Amino acid sequence: MSNYYQQEIETASRDEIIRIQNEKLVKQVRHVYDKVPYYRNLMDQKGVKPEDIKTIEDIHKLPFLSKSDLRDAYPYGLLGTDLGNCVRIQSTSGTTGRRVVAFYTQGDVDLWEECCARAIMAVGGTNEDVVQVAYGYGLFTGGAGLHGGSHKVGSLTLPMSSGNTERQIQFMMDLGATILCATPSYAAYLGESLAERGYKPEDNKLKAGIFGAEPWTEEMRRSIEKSLGIKAYDIYGLTEISGPGVAFECEEQKGMHINEDHFYAEVIDPDTEEVLPEGSVGELVFTCLDKEAFPLLRYRTRDICVLTREKCSCGRTHVRMSKPKGRSDDMLIIRGVNVFPSQIETVLLNQGYAPNYQIEVDRKNNTDTLDVYVEFPTEMFSDKVSDVQKKEAALEAAMRSMLGIGAKVHLVLPKTITRSEGKAVRVIDKRKLHD
Amino acid sequence: MSIKQLSIYLENKPGKLAEALRYIKEGGINIRALSLADTSEFGILRLITSDLEKAEELLSQKTVVKSTDVIAVKVDDRSGGLSEILDVLEKAEINIDYMYAFTARLNSAYAVLRVSDCALAEEVLHESGIATLKGRDLMNLLDRED
Repeated sequence: MSNYYQQEIETASRDEIIRIQNEKLVKQVRHVYDKVPYYRNLMDQKGVKPEDIKTIEDIHKLPFLSKSDLRDAYPYGLLGTDLGNCVRIQSTSGTTGRRVVAFYTQGDVDLWEECCARAIMAVGGTNEDVVQVAYGYGLFTGGAGLHGGSHKVGSLTLPMSSGNTERQIQFMMDLGATILCATPSYAAYLGESLAERGYKPEDNKLKAGIFGAEPWTEEMRRSIEKSLGIKAYDIYGLTEISGPGVAFECEEQKGMHINEDHFYAEVIDPDTEEVLPEGSVGELVFTCLDKEAFPLLRYRTRDICVLTREKCSCGRTHVRMSKPKGRSDDMLIIRGVNVFPSQIETVLLNQGYAPNYQIEVDRKNNTDTLDVYVEFPTEMFSDKVSDVQKKEAALEAAMRSMLGIGAKVHLVLPKTITRSEGKAVRVIDKRKLHD
Repeated sequence: MSIKQLSIYLENKPGKLAEALRYIKEGGINIRALSLADTSEFGILRLITSDLEKAEELLSQKTVVKSTDVIAVKVDDRSGGLSEILDVLEKAEINIDYMYAFTARLNSAYAVLRVSDCALAEEVLHESGIATLKGRDLMNLLDRED
């Protein structure tokens, strides 16, 4: 079975990939230095000239870009080509600070859609498939990216956008959708909605789902796979770099292949900015090797993950990234241990609790304390004190095993932890208040 | 026949007990018997009330509540009254998870027992000539006093 969209590059040898990266980086740095005064200033401040960049090995000499640079340079400060060459913008949801606006030339759109086409074909998509795109359309990259990718593959594309569950289900069943693209939470919701209407997982024609744009756990993957009767695949991307399809899962479901002929990935220590060796946990940094309109170099994603170049049995040779373990700005250091709220969420889901929780970190007698407030589902309650204590103890043991440090669990009444309308306040770090 | 008890989860914070009792008051429900188990982390309020179904429905919308089968026995007002009842259960190797007592009228006391096996407990008590109260008995008994 050939499930590659661009087999030659997707399965290229390491030497060939490095050769392409060397060539593209040298050209891109020269282009950015000439066209983007904002980045030229950063390079000048660091004393780096385009001629210092001879191979991909030299990338560490370049300055980083971060979200704050995007804010400072808003809206046109990082534009890498004349506006006349741009055909599109996409924008982030803008929940923190100012919106990010990214520009695309037609070449950038093609490159992005090709990456999404690789993702669709990697999950078994062909021109015979019916791809239901239930990501939002509009400024959000989700809908546009998978829509374009589906066109490139030649699949029948259902541009559903998100919401209107009644219509989603009708089109899914009537037109026999075979691949669903959505956020994992919406996929889970569609699964529940189908069951409520009396559909069994085998009643739909879906075979695969491509789910991303928000954090999800392996437990969620299994539950979605069961409720929809499909294989669920992860996809990764960010508007700043292009959109979904920067990296995608193959049939192995063991990490996401980064399209490194376009996006060069590094992992750094978020505090020292030092580049870490393969296999280390750190912040993911991307360099756009051949994007024209919004050519970010060494952009700090704030996503914490691990890269591996271990051989993948799917045949793809591109480096794989783990599912992001959290955001570098969400990472808590408690008693010297890195803790991510997503780890606590995984424990709760594993033990049958709703992922509604609040983490409180404090410092008492020079020792960090970690308190986790969890909503107590009625069905787990018992009139016996010892039963309730056992539930608490089981949660605490699972947290200790997942986090490597102890946490005090407090079971609170359902619906007393603020629900996420916008972004939920998951972490209260009182240590900062004392400093 | 066993009777129903409501158990309510209480966070260990000021006002949580008052809050639970306020819901009961708002429903016009009368408490017949109660006990409170407390730990350093949380409490469990156990209640026998009038109109238990209504009470459970009302409380389940507001808090974490569970209905459990317990048995209630009349305890003679004399030395050894309770001890003899417990002897019967011990012989049958029935474990008592917890118990509490209440009085209904002068000279009559009742014990509420949460046991490992309700049906077996009632069987052995009946064999020993000790009556257990049915839900309706208990309500009537208490109502007459109002």
